[in-house]
Amino acid sequence: MLRFLLGRLGLLIPTFFGVTLVAFSFIRLLPGDPLDLLAGERGISPERKAQLLAQMGFDKPLWQQYIDYVVGIFHGDLGTSFASKKPVLDEFMTLFPATAELALCAIIIAVCLGIPAGIFAAVKRGSIADQAVMGTALVGYSMPIFWWGLLLIILFSGILQWTPVSGRISLLYFFPQPTGFMLIDSLLSGEKGAFVSAVRHLILPSIVLATIPLAVIARQTRSAMLEVLGEDYVRTARAKGLPPRSVIGLHALRNALIPVITTIGLQVGVLLAGAILTETIFSWPGIGKWLVDSIARRDYFVVQGGLLMIAAIIMLVNLIVDVLYGLINPRIRYN
Amino acid sequence: MTNTSPAPKADTSRLEAESRNATKAQLYEFWYYFSQNKGAVLGLTVFLLLVLMAVFAPLVAPHDPDIQYRDSFLVPPVWEEGGKAAFLLGTDAVGRDILSRLIFGARFSLFIGVVVVSIALVGGIVLGLIAGYLRGAVDTFIMRIMDIILAFPSLLLALVLVAILGPGLINAMIAIALVLQPHFVRLTRAAVMAERSRDYVIAAKVAGSGHLRLMFKTILPNCLAPLIVQATLAFSNAILDAAALGFLGMGAQPPTPEWGTMLAEAREFILRAWWVVTFPGLAILITVLAINLVGDGLRDALDPKLKRS
Repeated sequence: MLRFLLGRLGLLIPTFFGVTLVAFSFIRLLPGDPLDLLAGERGISPERKAQLLAQMGFDKPLWQQYIDYVVGIFHGDLGTSFASKKPVLDEFMTLFPATAELALCAIIIAVCLGIPAGIFAAVKRGSIADQAVMGTALVGYSMPIFWWGLLLIILFSGILQWTPVSGRISLLYFFPQPTGFMLIDSLLSGEKGAFVSAVRHLILPSIVLATIPLAVIARQTRSAMLEVLGEDYVRTARAKGLPPRSVIGLHALRNALIPVITTIGLQVGVLLAGAILTETIFSWPGIGKWLVDSIARRDYFVVQGGLLMIAAIIMLVNLIVDVLYGLINPRIRYN
Repeated sequence: MTNTSPAPKADTSRLEAESRNATKAQLYEFWYYFSQNKGAVLGLTVFLLLVLMAVFAPLVAPHDPDIQYRDSFLVPPVWEEGGKAAFLLGTDAVGRDILSRLIFGARFSLFIGVVVVSIALVGGIVLGLIAGYLRGAVDTFIMRIMDIILAFPSLLLALVLVAILGPGLINAMIAIALVLQPHFVRLTRAAVMAERSRDYVIAAKVAGSGHLRLMFKTILPNCLAPLIVQATLAFSNAILDAAALGFLGMGAQPPTPEWGTMLAEAREFILRAWWVVTFPGLAILITVLAINLVGDGLRDALDPKLKRS
């Protein structure tokens, strides 16, 4: 197992340095230099520009800039936001819980609905119910989620007026946020109605973000279950007279879940990409909206830092999924 | 001995005829399995209709997509109160006919799909063939680069690339193609690695085929099935990503009647004019759904494992 783990880590290290290289190159590849962009039409005097460039280390040779950048990363220095003048890492850490809360809720919805839907479709293979579930899953999979979000806003916020259009909680509430997770903080605050307000704000963005992972998990569960249901040991379990519930729930599902776990792990990238759109539509103050806004106002150190952090999170989750996969499926470990 | 010389010629023509028949039989077999999947046939029909609509857009569209009718701002669809027969799906905030813009928009979406898939497919096949055939350091180098691209969420990387290249449809297409490419590289490489030690490849090598011939003429045709399925998936992903970039203001720029850009323009009217938001999104959904249905059908028809069951 240790060898397997070390092997996976060994693959990750060059990829991580590659990612730092991409993030490093990003600012250097932009047309013009960041200071000109920042100065805009007002312009900047050559002396002041040289001074600022030296301050940011842009006057050094490229290789040295890269080494400084990587050393900075390991010291938690991702640069400073042009707009807020705050360190990028601090901003990231402040906003990340909002995205994490949204993504966690979305993946919980996706798993809790997707796996049962997939099992149901597999067990009822070929029936109208199977076709209906899989048809719905395909529609979900094909959904432009930015449009889906707008439709839900029209229906639930516009016509029915059940949910708010934007934000994480009503402006009426103000309380300390020790965890950054609004659901938990609103409960801890003890303010009446705060938790309900947080749930009402969270529900639509979570549904929108869950849509594609839900469809993918349902489809994957169905095909994994179908494969397993045809195996000899399932036939044996049935022949022994075990009730269908335990054949499906115990014998088939456990093995079918192995590829599904990988699929769930792979959804992290989908969730973070989806967060960009979902947060923009619902004005959700998370990483996705922060990055889109930063690209729009050319706050490039933020984009660079966000890019690196998101890639690092995805790589970390993929590593955890790989290790989990190796733990539950020994064949992978020994190959 | 005298009648030995014409024999190879006869053999060649017979072989050619046989191979033609085999191709025909394969096509029939493919269509048989594909047409078993009713959803796939429906998807293909819708897709072909969309292609026809895009090609003949100037003939089909009732209005010019860019003309602003100053007396008809935000006219609702014809079946709603206040709707006008001249504007079946209503007009947008500056009085342009939504139906005509959607019809012309099909051109952009299909064009985006074709261009992105072509770039990603060609690049992916070449890199995947090289990696899988040569192995060693070249393989490691190519695959690590692909791992790096895959470490970023595709939309984020596309957004950043567009920030570098500048907003616009062409740059968005290049960015999306680059982001979708690693999937093709991985698939091609895996297929090539599975094929390269097969007897027919070794036979071709022994017969003196060069590296390029082995890669492109001997091995590649036998790796095409998964690539075709992936290409349809990439086609729908390209349309979705380009629409998302358009929606975020980084793709096609107004007044281009691209569906994502239309949605972005419509956002501020969302609570008072539902039709300006609903129809462009529906057009994206129908197109992507049709292509995904075709993709599912192709996968079923091309996957030998499914055929046996």
